[in-house]
Amino acid sequence: MSAIPFPAPPADSAAVVALRAEFRAFLAEQLKDRSPRQRSDNWYGYDRAFSRAMGQAGYLGMTWPKEFGGHERSAFERAVVVEECLAAGAPVGAHWIADRQSGPSIIKYGTPEQQQLILPRIAKGELSFGIGMSEPDSGSDLAATRTKALRDGDVYRVTGTKVWTSFAHEADYVILFCRTSGTPADRHKGTSQLLVDLKNTPGLTIRPIIDLAGQHHFNEMHFEDAVVPASMLLGEEGQGWDQVMSELAFERSGPERFLSSIELLVQLIEVLKTRQSDAAQITVGRVTARLAVLRRLSRSVAGMLQNHQDAGLQASIVKDIGALFEQGLPDIARELIDCEPDPRAAGAYSAVLANIVHNAPSWSLRGGTREILRGIIARGLGTR
Amino acid sequence: MLADMIQRLFERSVDDAAQARARDGQWLADVWAEVEEMGLPLALLTEEQGGFGLTLAETGEALHLLGLHAVPLPVAETMAANRLLAAAGLPLAEGPATLARADGLTVADGRLTGTVERVAWGEQLDCLAVAVGDTLYRVPRAGWTVADSGLAMNFHPRPAILIDCAVDASAPLPYCPLAGGATVRAYQIAGALEAALDLTLSHTATRVQFGKPLQKNQVVQHELAKLAGELACATAAADLAGEALDRGEVLGVAAGSLRAREAATAGASIATQMHGAIGFTREHRLHLYTTALWAWRDEFGGQVMWAKLLGQAALDAGGPGFWPMVTEL
Repeated sequence: MSAIPFPAPPADSAAVVALRAEFRAFLAEQLKDRSPRQRSDNWYGYDRAFSRAMGQAGYLGMTWPKEFGGHERSAFERAVVVEECLAAGAPVGAHWIADRQSGPSIIKYGTPEQQQLILPRIAKGELSFGIGMSEPDSGSDLAATRTKALRDGDVYRVTGTKVWTSFAHEADYVILFCRTSGTPADRHKGTSQLLVDLKNTPGLTIRPIIDLAGQHHFNEMHFEDAVVPASMLLGEEGQGWDQVMSELAFERSGPERFLSSIELLVQLIEVLKTRQSDAAQITVGRVTARLAVLRRLSRSVAGMLQNHQDAGLQASIVKDIGALFEQGLPDIARELIDCEPDPRAAGAYSAVLANIVHNAPSWSLRGGTREILRGIIARGLGTR
Repeated sequence: MLADMIQRLFERSVDDAAQARARDGQWLADVWAEVEEMGLPLALLTEEQGGFGLTLAETGEALHLLGLHAVPLPVAETMAANRLLAAAGLPLAEGPATLARADGLTVADGRLTGTVERVAWGEQLDCLAVAVGDTLYRVPRAGWTVADSGLAMNFHPRPAILIDCAVDASAPLPYCPLAGGATVRAYQIAGALEAALDLTLSHTATRVQFGKPLQKNQVVQHELAKLAGELACATAAADLAGEALDRGEVLGVAAGSLRAREAATAGASIATQMHGAIGFTREHRLHLYTTALWAWRDEFGGQVMWAKLLGQAALDAGGPGFWPMVTEL
C-alpha cells in the first residue's frame, strides 16, 4: 500500500462554474490585444495594470480573510482563477509571487502591523514581491545560505548576495531568507526571514542577470551592510527554515507547474486544425490526455489545501511530471511541423516556439529542481 | 467495507499456485463461485438495475483491487458487460461475460453471424455483449464456437469466436462497449502499478549490492519516484475515465484510458529494471503484473484509436477552443 494518495477532487460547484464563466469574460476583455508571443510569456509576463485590474475585480487574495483585504473564497475558486490566467497567457508576474506565497506566509507568520501594511495592497494588485532564497553558493541546498542579518538595536544589518530574483528590479518587496546567528555550518539552525523593501533599503544594490534568451527577469540582490527595520522580521528569529519550507509548499502546489508552455499547444492546434493527419490527431490526443490528468492531480492538491491537509508530497509529484510535460511540448511540436523557430518572427507559431524553447530549461530548475523533487518523493516512499 | 471483503477474498484465493493454473488456461471455478457469491458481477449497476448503488469511489476501489491482485478471471469484463446490458435493458449475464464491438458481424434473417476476435476467456463465458453498429446484442454461450487459441500477454485466453445464432436479445446501443472496457482496464492498470510499486520498494529495500540496499542509491530513489508518479497518474486517469463514463462522455474516457495506458508502459519498464534479472523470471511475482500491464494497455481499443478520437476533438476545437474542452474532460 505504497501509493501516494491523491483524493478525488469534488465536482465543480455552481459557484465555481459561474466564476469560471465570469472570469473568462474578464480575461477576454483584459487580454484582447495580447499577441500569441506575449501570451507565451505565461507567468513571467509582467504588467502592473493587469494586476491592478485583477485586484479591483476581487481576483487577488481570494482565499484570505476579509480583514486583510481578502475575499474568503475557497481554494477551488482561487484555483479556477489561477489556471484560467495561465491557460490564457495573462501577464500575472506583477502579483504572482505575492498572491501565491508571500501573502500566505505573511498571513501565517506576520505581525498585525505587517499584515495591515502589506496584505490589503497585495489584494488590490498594488504590491509586487520577489523571492529571496537562492544564493551563489546556495541553490538547491538552501540550508547553506550565507546572507547574514545581525540585530543592531532596532534594525538588522544585512550582508550577502541573493540571485535569480525574478523582477527584483520591478518589485516592491522580497521575503529574505537569511542567517541571524551562527554560520552556514549550522545549516537550518539560526535562520530567519525578513521583509525587505526593495525601493527603500540603503545598502541594497540590484543588478540584472540576463538569461540565455536575452531577457531580463532575474536579478542579483547585493546587500552591503543594508539596514532593515527589526519590525520587519517575519515570524520568529531562528525559525526561518520551517517558515521557508512552508513558503515553498505554497510555491510548489499550483497549476503553473504544467501550463507554462500551453500557448505553444494552442498555436500548434491552430496550425494543425486545417491539416489534420493521423499523426497530428494521435499526438495531440496523447498530449491532451496527459494535460487532463495533470490537471486532475493539481485539482486534487487544491482539494487537499482546502481541507488544510499537507500536500507537499503530492505537489512535488505534480511539479515533477508537470515540468516534463511542459518541457516536452516543443519536441512534440517539432515532430509534427517543420519550422525554424525565430525569436523575432512575425508569425505566431515560430515566435511562440522560439520563446518556449528558450525558456523551457528553467521549468525543472525553479521552485525545486527535478532532482530535489524526486528526493522528496523518494523520502515520502520511505526510502531515506 | 466491500473493499475489505474483496481484498480478503483475493488474498486468500488468488495465490501463486492459482495464478500458475490460470496461466495454463485453467478456469478457477472455485474463485469464480466466490466472486459471484459476493455479487461483484453486479457492482457497476444502480439499485434500480438490481445492483447495490455503490459510489464511483467504491466501484473504482473494487476494480483497482482486481488489478492489485492481477485476478486471473474476467471479473472486470463481467462487471462492464453487465453495466452495458443493464443500460440497454437486456437480461444480465448469468455467469462470466465480456463486451466487444464487432461491426463485421452480419445480421440477416434474424441470425447473427461472424467472427469476434480476442474474446477474454471465450470458452468459459456465459454470454457476450457485442455491439454491431448502433445495436447491442446479447449472445449466449450456445451461440458461438471457439475458433482459435489466442492468448493475452499474461497467457490468459483471448480466442476468436465464431458466432452463428438466432438473434435472441438486442436493443439500441446505449454507449460504446470499448468505453466500458477501457474504463475498467484503466482502474486495473492503476491497481497493477500499485502492486508493481509495492514489489519494487520491497525488492530495493532488501536487495543488497555494494554493501547497501539498492534503494539507498540516489539513482534508484529517483526511479522509484518516477514509478510513484506514473501510479498517481494512472489512478487519476482511471477516476477521470470512470467519472466520464458515468456522465456518458466518451472524450473523458479517451483521456483517462490513454494516460493509464501510457502509465502501464512506463511503470512496467521502471519496475522491471529496478528488479534486475529476477524481475524477468516467473520465479518472482513481478511478472504477474508486468505481463498483465502489457496485455491491458492494448485492449478495448488501442491507444492509437483512442488518441485519434481525442486528438480529432481537440483539433476540431481549435486553438481558442482547446482549453475550454480540456476543462470539460
